[in-house]
Amino acid sequence: MSYVLIVGAKSDIAKETARVYAKNGYDLYLAARNVNELEEFRNDLEVRSKVTVKTLELDLIAFDTHENFYSSLSEKPLGVVVVAGYMTEQHKAEQEWNETLNTINVNYTGAVSLLNIVANDFEKERRGFIVGVSSVAGDRGRKTNYIYGSAKAAFSAYLSGLRNRLHESGVSVLTVKPGFVNTKMTEGLDLPEKLTAEPSEVADDIFKAQQAGKNTLYTKWIWRYIMLIITTIPEFIFKKLSI
Amino acid sequence: MSLYSWGMYPIVDNKVHKLQSESGLKETLLTTDELIAYGNGRSYGDSALNANLVHAKPYDYFLDFDEASGVLHTQAGVLLSDILDSLVKRGWFLKVTPGTKLITIGGAIASDIHGKNHHVEGCFSECVEEFNIMLADGEIKTAKKGDELFLATCGGMGLTGVILDAKISLKKIESQYVNQTTIKTKNLKETFEAFEEYKSLPYSVAWIDCLAKGEDIGKCLLMVGDFAEDGDLRYKPKPKLNIPFNFPSFALNNLSVKAFNWLYYKKAPDGVSHQRVHFDSFFYPLDSIRNWNRIYGKNGFTQYQFILPKEESYDGLERILSKIAESGKGSFLAVLKLYGEENENYLSFPIEGYSLALDFKIEDGLFELLDELDEIVVECRGRIYLTKDVRVSKETFEYGYPQIEKFREYREKNNMSEKFNSLQSKRLGL
Repeated sequence: MSYVLIVGAKSDIAKETARVYAKNGYDLYLAARNVNELEEFRNDLEVRSKVTVKTLELDLIAFDTHENFYSSLSEKPLGVVVVAGYMTEQHKAEQEWNETLNTINVNYTGAVSLLNIVANDFEKERRGFIVGVSSVAGDRGRKTNYIYGSAKAAFSAYLSGLRNRLHESGVSVLTVKPGFVNTKMTEGLDLPEKLTAEPSEVADDIFKAQQAGKNTLYTKWIWRYIMLIITTIPEFIFKKLSI
Repeated sequence: MSLYSWGMYPIVDNKVHKLQSESGLKETLLTTDELIAYGNGRSYGDSALNANLVHAKPYDYFLDFDEASGVLHTQAGVLLSDILDSLVKRGWFLKVTPGTKLITIGGAIASDIHGKNHHVEGCFSECVEEFNIMLADGEIKTAKKGDELFLATCGGMGLTGVILDAKISLKKIESQYVNQTTIKTKNLKETFEAFEEYKSLPYSVAWIDCLAKGEDIGKCLLMVGDFAEDGDLRYKPKPKLNIPFNFPSFALNNLSVKAFNWLYYKKAPDGVSHQRVHFDSFFYPLDSIRNWNRIYGKNGFTQYQFILPKEESYDGLERILSKIAESGKGSFLAVLKLYGEENENYLSFPIEGYSLALDFKIEDGLFELLDELDEIVVECRGRIYLTKDVRVSKETFEYGYPQIEKFREYREKNNMSEKFNSLQSKRLGL
């Protein structure tokens, strides 16, 4: 048996990712807060794919529980996919410190806290893969979304360093940078159809990139080029823009 | 983002209510004047369009599968392709499937879809054991075979409520391959004879060259077959090609259609030949190209599908095919099929006879041509398929569906007429 641990398993991207791994024969640990809400989904995966699926309670920002969480897994996972994310309205984050703190903690600190533990284990065992779902928003701070973006930027930098460190141990680290995705998180936003991916497309891309041992994945692929342009704009022009 | 149908015509603004829970749906029902369920957007016309849509695709959990009986219980947004992805490798296949696997279970019931084996297995409702549906007041009812709710809902175009989940029975297969026989015919007479000759095989469909004229009218490639008993079940769905943008509308002209039809017809050997093909290419040849609807250009397209009773089929088809050839309006796909007996559902499309389905891009003069074709359909006592339709007149529709009054009364009696409506149901007074 080979388990993949999905962290933040309630999100739309996480659920589709879980389905892809299950379809390909992997057993699953689904970790999230109020994990009992995933009971129907756990059943869905088992009926669809005849794999073993276990749900695990995990609060990503309860940092001091992470050591226990990981050591209590009777069988250590073959890979970990961190999909947890929290995005609030930029305006709200600017006004309310708790919103900002939560954004940073869910998107960065919590993920780091857990992945530090996972990385030590994988390094020792000299096997495993880590997938972190970051965001194109981390590639450059913009006034419309920079608090979320800066947390994702930190997460991207963390994953890059982790990849560098674990390369020698044969542990692969994939940084996923989705552009617009049609999920609960973006519900109500008016997203351009051609640039917006469905969660199932993102999940397929993640699985393929992880299996191929890729380093960075933009999804949809066109975002690599959009972000290339956005990051190339000189700062003295960029600061005047509204994008 | 507004949702539109497969024909990309008409494009109308709509508010999308994702179906995620029973309580959420009830809330939507009680706070919205009028709405219609929308699955995966593969019906061609305006049957799943309105200002308010309940998007059922996100409601897509598998609930239970009994390997002993082959009965699968899923929520309504599950796609047929999801079922195949999961269960082909365990030796199960759909009893009835249309020419695309990218439709939801709810849509399959609401359209009471049929496939290449209609003459043997009938419509989708045959394999539906029961389903749960939320009615206008938010009450959930279970409909079983023989219930009036079942008769009205299967083929009822979503006009009785929002289907929540269903139990369907699957069939056993031994192989993911199909033994196919291809018969190339020279005219309509040969085509009809070939259909009768191969009637005992479970799957059959013919691709007709619509631009053939005079003596060649009705020449076709008839493909018949059945699942192989050897081979394997190691099914891995293939990645899809994508058509990333709408073709300019001049791309599909008479010449390109002729070339395509000719190539397709030419490539097949004369007379009778045998092939072994994968079920995906046998049942779902176009699914491998995602968004193939974009080849018709940004103005969209429609599919004209009608069926004629058997005794009228030969003359009727000859007249209709002549008229289409004369008009020179291109049809990329023309599919002919012999159907078996009709069922009792109020609005299911199939009757015993021949059905033809053709695509037309939306352009000036098209609807006039289709009106003329309708006249022949009416004279031959035939009917139009609602799932494809976007323009038929109320009169033509009513001639074709003698049970429409029963359906209307049922809707009226159960307070469904006001709550559940599509642009199509309002156009036709369903």
